[in-house]
Amino acid sequence: MEDKSFEEEHPTKAFGWAARDQSGVLSPFKFSRRSTGEKDVRFKVLFCGICHSDLHMAKNEWGFSTYPLVPGHEIVGQVTEVGSKVERFKVGDKVGVGCLVGSCHSCDSCSSNLENYCPEMILTYSAKYNDGTITYGGYSDIMVADEHFVVLIPENLPLDAAAPLLCAGITVYSPLRFFDLDKPGMHVGVVGLGGLGHVAVKFAKAMGVKVTVISTSPSKKQEALDHLGADSFLVSRDQDGMQAAVGTMDGIIDTVSATHPISPLIGLLKTRGKLVLVGAPVKPLELSVFPLIMGGKIVGGSGIGGMKETQEMIDFAARNNITADIEVISMDSVNTAMERLLKGDVRYRFVIDIGNTLKI
Amino acid sequence: MAKSPEEEHPHKAFGWAAKDTSGILSPFHFSRRDNGVEDVTIKILYCGVCHSDLHAAKNEWGFSRYPMVPGHEIVGLVTKTGSNVMKFKVDDRVGVGVMVNSCKSCEYCHQDLENYCPQMIFTYNAQNHDGTKTYGGYSDTIVVDQHFVVRIPDSMPSDGCAPLLCAGITVYSPMKYYGMTEPGKHLGIVGLGGLGHVAVKIGKAFGLKVTVISSSSRKEREALDRLGADSFLVSNDPAKMKAAFGTMDYIIDTVSAVHALAPYLSLLKTNGKLVTLGLPEKPLELPIFPLVLGRKLVGGSDVGGMKETQEMLDFCAKHNIAADVEVIQMDQINTAMERLAKSDVRYRFVIDVANSLSQSQL
Repeated sequence: MEDKSFEEEHPTKAFGWAARDQSGVLSPFKFSRRSTGEKDVRFKVLFCGICHSDLHMAKNEWGFSTYPLVPGHEIVGQVTEVGSKVERFKVGDKVGVGCLVGSCHSCDSCSSNLENYCPEMILTYSAKYNDGTITYGGYSDIMVADEHFVVLIPENLPLDAAAPLLCAGITVYSPLRFFDLDKPGMHVGVVGLGGLGHVAVKFAKAMGVKVTVISTSPSKKQEALDHLGADSFLVSRDQDGMQAAVGTMDGIIDTVSATHPISPLIGLLKTRGKLVLVGAPVKPLELSVFPLIMGGKIVGGSGIGGMKETQEMIDFAARNNITADIEVISMDSVNTAMERLLKGDVRYRFVIDIGNTLKI
Repeated sequence: MAKSPEEEHPHKAFGWAAKDTSGILSPFHFSRRDNGVEDVTIKILYCGVCHSDLHAAKNEWGFSRYPMVPGHEIVGLVTKTGSNVMKFKVDDRVGVGVMVNSCKSCEYCHQDLENYCPQMIFTYNAQNHDGTKTYGGYSDTIVVDQHFVVRIPDSMPSDGCAPLLCAGITVYSPMKYYGMTEPGKHLGIVGLGGLGHVAVKIGKAFGLKVTVISSSSRKEREALDRLGADSFLVSNDPAKMKAAFGTMDYIIDTVSAVHALAPYLSLLKTNGKLVTLGLPEKPLELPIFPLVLGRKLVGGSDVGGMKETQEMLDFCAKHNIAADVEVIQMDQINTAMERLAKSDVRYRFVIDVANSLSQSQL
C-alpha cells in the first residue's frame, strides 16, 4: 500500500511513529483508525511504555513483522468516546490497553479468561484484525479498542508509571499467581533486573514473599536492595554465592530473553521448586534432567495474562502503590531510547510522553 | 583395614554383583547386619530388573561403586522382626523399593517425602550410616528398617508386583502430584517399556484417555488390545504427530535415552504438563517458546515416599494392576541385561530369586 492509502484505510485520521523496515528506525507516520464501533472504546493516548518486544518487532527479529509497524502495547490514555453497547467505560475515564486487542471469545482458553492463550488472539500491533486490516499500536495519538481488551486505571496510579504494567506488569504477575509463588514467607528469585524484573520484585514483595535478585551485574545490587526492596542479591557468576543459595528458593521468575544456562538456576530451587521463564530465548536451552528428577522440580513458561487478570493486576498495583520505575522521553527521542534499550541502559522502562510530545 | 564384604556384618548373604564397569554380574558372597529393633529381615522371593540396575551396573551415571549388588524391586517373606516392629510379623509378604533409609527428621521426611530427603539412602550403591555399602535385591536376604518396607496386598502375585516397587511408584507419584487423575483427560505416554506399560494401566484406572507414543509401530496391537490404551501414535510419523498437536493434557515421558522434547511439547494443550522420568546421561534440549506461548511445563519426579508407595500398591490391588513380567533364573541375568539394553522385554524381567539363586552357587 502506498503511504497515502494508510490515511484512507479507516474513517478517522491518526498520527504516530512507525518502523518502515528491518532497520527498526522509527519516523512520523500518518494513518487512520476505524470508527468507534458499538463495543469500542476510543481514547486519546497520553503515554506509551517501550517494551523490549517493540524493539524485537521493529527489527523483525521474530520474523512476523509487517511494515509500516507502529509499536506500543503499554498504552494509557483518556476516553473520548464509547460505543452504544459499552458498559464498563465512560468518557473521561483513564484506561489502558496492553498486548491484545482481540480473540475468538469461544475457545476453551477464552472461556477461561485466558485470551492470551487463544489460538486466534490478535496482538495490539503488526497483526491482522477481524476486518482484515493491520493493527497499529500505542506510539500514536489515538487508540480504538474493543471494550473487552481495555482496563480501567484507578485514580491513584500515575498514568506514566502505570503504562508499563500493561505488559511488563501482567507478564510477571500472572506466573507469580499461577505457579503459587505468592504466599507470604516463600522465597522467590528474580533473574534479570530490567523492565520485567524490577516490577516482579515489587509485586513479590507486596505479596509478602522474600525476594532474591539474581543478576550478572554487581552494580545493580544497591538499587535492588535499597530502592526496590529485594531481600538479597546474587551475582550469577559468583560461584560461592550461588553455591550457598543452592536449594533455597520456592520459585524463580526468569526474565532473561538471551540464551543463558538454566542448570544453575534449577540448582537454586528447593525440592519441587519451579523455574518460570517469561523471557523467550529463541534457541532451545540445555536441560540437565537428573537435577529436575532428583528434586521433583519444574521448568515452565508464561506469557502475559488474560484480560480479567490484567485488571486484577492493575487493581493490586493500585492498592499497593506499585508502579514501574520509568524514564519519560519525548516522541522524537524514541530512536535514541531504542539504542539505549538495546544496551540495557535504562532504569527500568522508557515511557513516551505521547500527550505532550507527539506532534504532527 | 576395611573388612571384606563377607566379614563386614554378622550374617552371611549371597547374591550376584557387578564387579566393574562392564556391568557383567557374577556370584558374590557378602553379609547382612543383625536385625535391629526397627528392622525386618526378608527372605527374597523375587526381584525386578529395573533399567536403572543396568545404568548403575555399567557406571553410566558416574557414581557406581563396585562390587555392586543391584535390585530395588524386591518382594519377599519376613523371617525376623525387631522388638519395635508392630506392623509386620514373620511370614508376611512384603516389598522393598528404591530406598532403605532417610533422616526421618527433615521437612521432607515429615511430609512423607522420604524420596526427597537430602540424606535418603538408596537400596544399593549407597552408603549406610555405619559406612558400609548398601547391597540390593539380587540376593537371598535383606535387612531393612520397617519404615521402608511395604505390605504386598494379598491378591497381588509376587512376581507381577515386584516391578511396582520402582516402576509403579515412579509413574503413580507424578500422576497424583501433577493432577493426572481427572477422568476424561488425555494422557500421552512416551515409551512402552517397564514404566510405560504400568503407566498405561494406572492411567486407565484413573479414567483417563491414554495414547501410547512410540517409535515402534509393532507395539501398537499390544498397546491397544492387551494394555487397553485408547490410541497409539508413531512418533516418527510427522503427519500423525501433527494431527495430534495440542490434544493432550499431560505427557509422561519414560524414555531414558537422549531425545528431542519439542515434538512432545507440541502435543500438549495450553497449560499442558510433560513429566520426564527417564535418566539420560546427557542434557536434553528444551525449547522455551512453546512453554511461554502455551504456559506449558516440564517437570521431573523421583519415585515417591513410603506412604504413597503403599497407597500405590493398594490402588493397584484394587484395580488388578500388576506388571507384565518375564520371569528369569538368576544365572540368566546377564543375557537379560543385554536384551533389556535393546528393549527386548515385555515389559520387565523379574528374577525368581528363591528358586534359582542358591542353585547358582553350585
